Amino acid sequence: MVGIVIVSHSAKVAEGIRELAQQMAKPEQKIIAAGGMADGSIGTDAMRVSEAIEEAMTEAGVVVMVDLGSAVLSTDTALEILDESLRARVRIADAPILEGTIGAVVEASVGSSLEQVLATAEGAREMRKCL
Amino acid sequence: MSSFTVAALEAVADRIIQHKELLTSLDAAIGDADHGINMARGFEAVRVKIRAAAPETDISGLLKMTGMTLISTVGGASGPLYGTAFMRAAAAAQGKETLDQEAIAQIWSAALQGIKDRGKASRGEKTMLDAMEPAYEAFVEAAKAEKSLVESLEVACEAAKEGIEFTKTIIATKGRASYLGERSLGHQDPGATSSYLMLAALTEFFHNQQLGA
Repeated sequence: MVGIVIVSHSAKVAEGIRELAQQMAKPEQKIIAAGGMADGSIGTDAMRVSEAIEEAMTEAGVVVMVDLGSAVLSTDTALEILDESLRARVRIADAPILEGTIGAVVEASVGSSLEQVLATAEGAREMRKCL
Repeated sequence: MSSFTVAALEAVADRIIQHKELLTSLDAAIGDADHGINMARGFEAVRVKIRAAAPETDISGLLKMTGMTLISTVGGASGPLYGTAFMRAAAAAQGKETLDQEAIAQIWSAALQGIKDRGKASRGEKTMLDAMEPAYEAFVEAAKAEKSLVESLEVACEAAKEGIEFTKTIIATKGRASYLGERSLGHQDPGATSSYLMLAALTEFFHNQQLGA
């Protein structure tokens, strides 16, 4: 089952999204929040992201959900630190972080492939809320 | 060599920490007002790390330590950007035992490329590259013209300063300032400014070393 990592500038945002997504998840599913800095400040920490990816890693791989600007830069940096064999199984989703995470978790929970989970996460960009 | 490199990195760290307020106020004008706070937090952590480094740690090891510390403590985009620059610098410094002109040019080139790769950025977008790239080019030119290391660094500093002035005349297209569009005109870029500050600290450090020698 594809693992999910949530990277936000805020630890509360990452944890909150994880909590929401958990409701839709299988008990054994790996959803790891990697928000904020070690000292509690707002920001993203590439080391923390890299550890979260390792923690979330499965045979099927990991999709990383990101919020703004430096979350992407930190995740790119985290990939550079990661072992090459793991790096090939990680994708960064270009998607709204909350809606994308929920979609990705549901898609992963039915055992879909890395590319399918990524596509569903990114599909959240088109999701209509008010019809 | 280890204590020399530690002292050079400390000079850079001190300069950034001293200019925390300046960097934050520049960022308040066109960004999210955290560049000084973030950079000072990162370099305070760097200072602690490198002071505690084993005496046999080589140039490459110290640069790597600096990069790894920045990526996990700065928090903003400058963390992965400068962090990557120092990590690439570390890779280029492998096996080097002295910081002569040629070694510095190679290390600098790798660091510059690291920032371009990480930020997918190029010159003219109102970023640190607008100070760092002309400074690097001026350094290489000066070295070719057989100027001394300190003279070359001084020429590079001038080019970086001009680069900062140039950032006032252009619109930001990368990072948080890009949300402002034309309102970013007239303001100097905080990242270009922190790049210049680091270079200025290094230049002064090498200048003082030369006087002491």
